[in-house]
Amino acid sequence: MNQKNDFFKKAGSFLFDNKVMIAFAAICLAAILLSGSPMTFIVDGVFTRITRNTFTVLALIIPVLAGLGLNFGIVIGAIAAQIAVFCVVYWGLGGFGGMLLSVLIATPLAVLFGYLVGKLFNRMKGAEMIAGLILGYFADGLYQLLFLVIIGGVIPVDNPKLIISGGMGVKNTIDLTGNLKYAIDSVRMVDIVTVVFYVVLAVTLIKIILHLLKKYQLNKGDFIFFGIFGLLFGISYIPEIEKFLSTDRLILLDALTAVLIVLAILELIKIIKSIWINKEPLKTLVKPIVTLLVYGLIYALTFIPEIEEVLSYVKLPVLPFLLIAGLCWFNQKILSTRLGQNMRTVGQSQSVAMASGIDVDKTRVIAMIISTVLASWGQLIFLQNIGTFSTYGAHTQIAQFAIAALLVGGASVQKATNKQAIIGVILFHTLFIVAPEAGKQLFDNAQIGEYFRVFVSYGVIALSLAMHAWTQFKKEVQPPTGGADLEIPALPAVTVKQQTLK
Amino acid sequence: MDDQYLLSMKNISKEYFGNRVLKGVNLNVKPGEIHALVGENGAGKTTLMNILFGMPVIYSTGGFEGEIQINGESISIDSPHTAMNCGIGMVHQEFMLIPEFNVTENIKLGREIGEPTALSKIFGNLLEKMNWTQMSKEARKALDSIGMMNIDEYAKVAGMPIGYKQFIEIAREIDKTGIKLLVFDEPTAVLTEGEADRLLEIMRLIAKKGIAIIFITHRLTEVMAVADSMTILRDGEFVVRKDVKDITLTKIAELMIGRQIDKLVDDSLLASRDLSDNKIALEFKDYHVDMPGERVKGMNIKIREGEIFGFGGLAGQGKIGIVNGIIGLFDTQGDVFAFGKRLDLSKLGEALRNNIAFVSEDRRGVGLLLGESVERNITFTAMQIKDQFLRRIGPMKILDKAKADQHTREMIKLFDIRCTGPSQTAGSLSGGNQQKVCLARAITMDPKILIVSEPTRGIDIGAKKLVLEYLTKINREQGTTIVMISSELVELRSLCDRIAIVSEGKVFSVMKPDDSDAAFGLAMAGVREEEAV
Repeated sequence: MNQKNDFFKKAGSFLFDNKVMIAFAAICLAAILLSGSPMTFIVDGVFTRITRNTFTVLALIIPVLAGLGLNFGIVIGAIAAQIAVFCVVYWGLGGFGGMLLSVLIATPLAVLFGYLVGKLFNRMKGAEMIAGLILGYFADGLYQLLFLVIIGGVIPVDNPKLIISGGMGVKNTIDLTGNLKYAIDSVRMVDIVTVVFYVVLAVTLIKIILHLLKKYQLNKGDFIFFGIFGLLFGISYIPEIEKFLSTDRLILLDALTAVLIVLAILELIKIIKSIWINKEPLKTLVKPIVTLLVYGLIYALTFIPEIEEVLSYVKLPVLPFLLIAGLCWFNQKILSTRLGQNMRTVGQSQSVAMASGIDVDKTRVIAMIISTVLASWGQLIFLQNIGTFSTYGAHTQIAQFAIAALLVGGASVQKATNKQAIIGVILFHTLFIVAPEAGKQLFDNAQIGEYFRVFVSYGVIALSLAMHAWTQFKKEVQPPTGGADLEIPALPAVTVKQQTLK
Repeated sequence: MDDQYLLSMKNISKEYFGNRVLKGVNLNVKPGEIHALVGENGAGKTTLMNILFGMPVIYSTGGFEGEIQINGESISIDSPHTAMNCGIGMVHQEFMLIPEFNVTENIKLGREIGEPTALSKIFGNLLEKMNWTQMSKEARKALDSIGMMNIDEYAKVAGMPIGYKQFIEIAREIDKTGIKLLVFDEPTAVLTEGEADRLLEIMRLIAKKGIAIIFITHRLTEVMAVADSMTILRDGEFVVRKDVKDITLTKIAELMIGRQIDKLVDDSLLASRDLSDNKIALEFKDYHVDMPGERVKGMNIKIREGEIFGFGGLAGQGKIGIVNGIIGLFDTQGDVFAFGKRLDLSKLGEALRNNIAFVSEDRRGVGLLLGESVERNITFTAMQIKDQFLRRIGPMKILDKAKADQHTREMIKLFDIRCTGPSQTAGSLSGGNQQKVCLARAITMDPKILIVSEPTRGIDIGAKKLVLEYLTKINREQGTTIVMISSELVELRSLCDRIAIVSEGKVFSVMKPDDSDAAFGLAMAGVREEEAV
């Protein structure tokens, strides 16, 4: 009886905690049914959007954790990327090499911009979001000055493909076909395996050198790590596997199978470890075994013809997804470092962080730099996938859409996770894809669906900010019981009172 | 000779904007002793501790004079970080804990133990991996060392009882390596009685380990119970350093308060008045005010017509809440009667409409429209409530500029407000002149009851005298009942007929201005005289 109540309580709080996500899932489902679009079309579209946008959304997580709120300033990171893309296209470079050069140009720019934005935010504590939003508009103005007047006007640029035929300013759209288009998407898997192997080799060598210099203690993990990648590299020379790896796209069905196999192996390792190494009681095995069964069930589901059809239709570019996975891993990993712990502390309470000797301003600036650099890389992935670079429009709404996606996933101004980012991207972009068609079916007018999705994206931001303001307000009314975000540490506050007393 | 002291602060003086808050104070603490630092609000305890901790507020206001020695060596503490490195720790009054973190994370805040990684070798220790196993072990040890076996080091701090939070703070300080001196700033103020007893026990436990403790508190009974020695401050001056065994509670109270009562008010004004218990101006019955930090919890008092009545007591005990409840800024319960009529305080402006005017203690926040002119500040309440300074033209009410101007000029003359004229903005006046503007506005209402809260806070001695004299004058000449709330006992004793000492949200005792210093001191500390012996 008690257990039952407990279950309902848990289920209730689960529903409440995920209310935004659940509401959106319901809207998406309704829109999908209404639109009547084939699943192959929707799933394909959603995965394309995931490729393009997830990286940027993930770039928002670190500032949220560091207490800077939703970073509207990622527009500035996108601008850094676009300047780099322009340079690379102007020099006539392309392919993966051209992309690497864009990264090399964009990164230092983004570091500089992130540093400046961070400095500004430190002077505007408590108003970072509005500052970021306005700063985005301001940066857009400077960007237009650069691209409309300075390039072609002040700096002579002779390139009829890039410059408006009048002789001044950059054209409205730059075609990336033949240079940067699919520069990341089209990297073959076998090349990825090779490059990763050499990188791991280099890292291991550096570790060995550090070990010999007695600055680092090599451990078992380092060798296992190297062994796994060495094995993978070796396997890639088996002809069948080499053939499979020599494409740049992966059919979703294969991707799913591969992911399930890897997860299942990890789970099996866990089981083996707990039986033979930790000698834990058999009861603890229930959970991993159930997980294994679930994986099996998911795999079985792929044999249903309808699902199989969809899964075999969609083809994923491999490298972007690996980069997204890498960023998720990075976001997770950074939290287990001293820097990550400092960020969390600063995000919870600046006054407490300061009293514990953490350099609050520096931590915030680092968070901004990381976010801006990641955003610039995200924009590079976005542009190479889209293939046309809308010079004056590509960056303008990136912050709003990325933030809306993150919030739809259930994140808030103070809390965001990788999972929320990914779920958010899926839901938000599903709605983007099906809303016009649903509007057409429902009102005989695609425009209404279009309005609806714009309404939704801004509406969810407004709602989330209002809810944030509401909780802040409630916090202020309650007496401070510690952890309240007082700008002044406890001691000076008392002193001020005392000095006026006299 | 100074070697016996762990810490000695010598001849410390500090000025805030020309206002001397510390005048040559000495503080000496031996290793392993519990040293109480006592004094009224405003005696300089907090400033002294801010100096010890090198708080930024000290340096941004011009530093301090004097010398700090630790173990006989002169040192300069210029930031909280240096203080930490010198082995000085603090248990804050407002907890420096993060509710969303667990106990280990909170104890190790800012001092996390990292494991080097390959990346941290290249990019510095920010990229070290956190070693939570080691940290939780040390947190456990710190908790055990203060006898807190029942706090789980992995539990989240949010939702824990306040006492536990305090103990976690203490564990954090203990966990710091090389801690020599621990400051407890009013640690028992927020605790229940049981928790407070436990805390005192823990303090003894810590002192036994050779760590010196500076114990700041208003509860003199606790000082007697736990401290070895004490320093008394009064008005920023060093009074005495004594061993607790050589002093009595009454003596402490007397030393804390004891000072000459300057006659701030001219005796000629003391004309006979007819004060009678039958004519009550203001009555509180089981009055509660829900003002955070200054809660009033069931107050019963009758204030006679024509009386000057004072409310005194320490900060945080609820005296400020009394006036804010009547103004209507915070929710109230219970009854307030003005001349026998019950006030409905849930309606904003109710008190004003019943001829009660106020001067708020929060001059810049509640008292004034800082961006508006002196004239508008003086006249706007009367305009809102009494339709004064307005001309009716049909359905519209229009400001009667000439009348307002004339009235303002009279007030400027009466109170000697130093300003360029009625149109100067209130925000650009000095504190004393701002206070006069507040008072002028209250007088403009022509009230029968005037409630002034901290009327002399932050104003110079000349303005202080003028304000107090004027309060006496309107009391004597116009028969206005005056309720005065003040942290400065001297001030209350110089002009009030009766003084109620507020303690823990209730009237602790009603005293006469010529009662002894010791009696006042004990009442402020919440100790009955019979208990003191």
